[in-house]
Amino acid sequence: MTGLSANNLSFSYGARDVLENLSFQPLPKGKLTALIGPNAAGKSTLFRLISGLKKPQRGQIVLDGNNLADRSARKRLELICFMPQQFAANAALTVFDVVMMAHKHLRGWRVSDADMHTVGIALAQAGIGHLAEAYISELSGGQSQMVSVAQALIRHCDVYLFDEPTSALDLRHQLDVLMRIKTVMEQRNAIGVVALHDLNLAARYADHLILLGKGQILAQGTAQEVLRSPAITQVYKVDVEICNGPRKDLTVHAYAS
Amino acid sequence: MTDQISIAAPDAAALVVAYKRRMFQRVGLVFAAAALLSSLIVLDVITGPANLSFGRTLAVILDPSIASPKEDVIIWQLRLPIALMAVAVGAMLGVAGAEMQTILNNPLADPFTLGLSSAASFGAALAIVLGWSVVPGVGGLFVTVNAFLLAMITSGFLFLFTRLRGVTPEVMILVGIAMLFTFNALLAFLQYGASELQLAQLIFWQLGSLARASWAKVGVCFAVLLIVLPYFMSRSWALTALRMGEEKAAALGVNVSLLRMSVLAGVSLLSAVAVSFVGAVAFVGLVGPHIARMIVGEDQRGFLPLSALCGALIMSGTSIASKAITPGIVYPIGMITSLIGIPFFILLILGQRKRHWQ
Repeated sequence: MTGLSANNLSFSYGARDVLENLSFQPLPKGKLTALIGPNAAGKSTLFRLISGLKKPQRGQIVLDGNNLADRSARKRLELICFMPQQFAANAALTVFDVVMMAHKHLRGWRVSDADMHTVGIALAQAGIGHLAEAYISELSGGQSQMVSVAQALIRHCDVYLFDEPTSALDLRHQLDVLMRIKTVMEQRNAIGVVALHDLNLAARYADHLILLGKGQILAQGTAQEVLRSPAITQVYKVDVEICNGPRKDLTVHAYAS
Repeated sequence: MTDQISIAAPDAAALVVAYKRRMFQRVGLVFAAAALLSSLIVLDVITGPANLSFGRTLAVILDPSIASPKEDVIIWQLRLPIALMAVAVGAMLGVAGAEMQTILNNPLADPFTLGLSSAASFGAALAIVLGWSVVPGVGGLFVTVNAFLLAMITSGFLFLFTRLRGVTPEVMILVGIAMLFTFNALLAFLQYGASELQLAQLIFWQLGSLARASWAKVGVCFAVLLIVLPYFMSRSWALTALRMGEEKAAALGVNVSLLRMSVLAGVSLLSAVAVSFVGAVAFVGLVGPHIARMIVGEDQRGFLPLSALCGALIMSGTSIASKAITPGIVYPIGMITSLIGIPFFILLILGQRKRHWQ
């Protein structure tokens, strides 16, 4: 069985249960999956469990038929790339420095010409070449988010987890970044999971959606299936109207109920 | 994705050229600092009565066999140990400050603000005022040994604190400051009960002095540096990653708590040895890394060696100044580091305006 799936995951911080018996069907390769759900639904926690930063109290995460708990921490890092939510970092490091660091961290001390070219190309492709020599402390929220995405994509993994990669971006860059992530997932035949708040973006870019609410997966499938499910109204506590957009996509309109 | 930005952006090759140029500058600056340090060492040796020339002194340092008996005593037995002690202690404090600031994510962290220097002073006071030796049978070294052990015990306490759940770097800084005040208060108790002679001795110890240098102590300092520095250098990427934030570093595969503990052990050893040998020298551990950061940034591959060199340069300069201000008098170095350090530091901070650590 290929893909990434979860079986009966449970996790709590102390007495507070965050995820309870959470399961999802295998997420497809070469595609983008949107993880949607309201605040505090457990999206970031789910990412931390998949990436191995936290251990589930119960349940398994399975990648291509292998239980990830059986993999070494190092192997897991090579398989799974996790981009946490961006918080401002005020270090005297340039954009080139930090992308180089993401590229080299697991591979030794010496920086070769090939390493430099890899980073240079990654920055140019991400559209942040003009920021290469800027200090990360001088970047705007959106710019540092684009740097984070570049840090993630420079690694070659089987699974990419992005925790709200577009929350600080303007409209055009939201579209750019999601399109870029989607393209890279296709090229690398990798599993991409993006936590998103904007359901319209999810509907437009994700091939596959999972809806997380109260620590469980409430719906999984295509945008049509998930966004039209009654669970949406239930977890977001809004009235939702789904329309067919002008370009064969869906648009989501939400009204306070 | 063709959009205006990527068209306007310099292409990858140009980015690589810019990065290479900066790397080249970094390496050049580290070498320049090392060269400057070498000449300061010679300058330190010739400063003082005896009218030694720079060239002759350098020749004697490079080839001890040509020294006259007088030169052998002045250069090799008296002044070179002091000059090298200044370099070693400066480098130790510079590195300790740099990595404390890195692992605690705080620009004010240094052996002084974390209470290690106060603990060492208290240890020295126990020896000087009460005649207590924490370890019996160390003979005349008991002031140094007491200072070292108290500093290590304090960092052991900080170390245990990191193991507690939910202790953030901010909390650790606060614990360090609490230590600082605790030991200062204990020190005041001892000072209150001390005789005039003991008080004078204690104050002299606290002000810091390189006069207690010896080849053996220099050897110990360099041995500690040789153990700790390569380890820190090998963790360069992880330490750089830590400056991006804890979770991000963890996501990149850094075992944050393990890194923090091992680095804390290293910086504790560095600062405890430095402070117990020369006394509570302020500001070197704080200012050295800040200067390095402003010059080469925080990529640890440049930041770490330059922090060591900046600390060494400051101490070496201080050693020269301590002899040059009034010929015939050697001022305590602690006084001078603070006096020179503070205005210089404020100037640097103002010059830099808002940037890092906001």
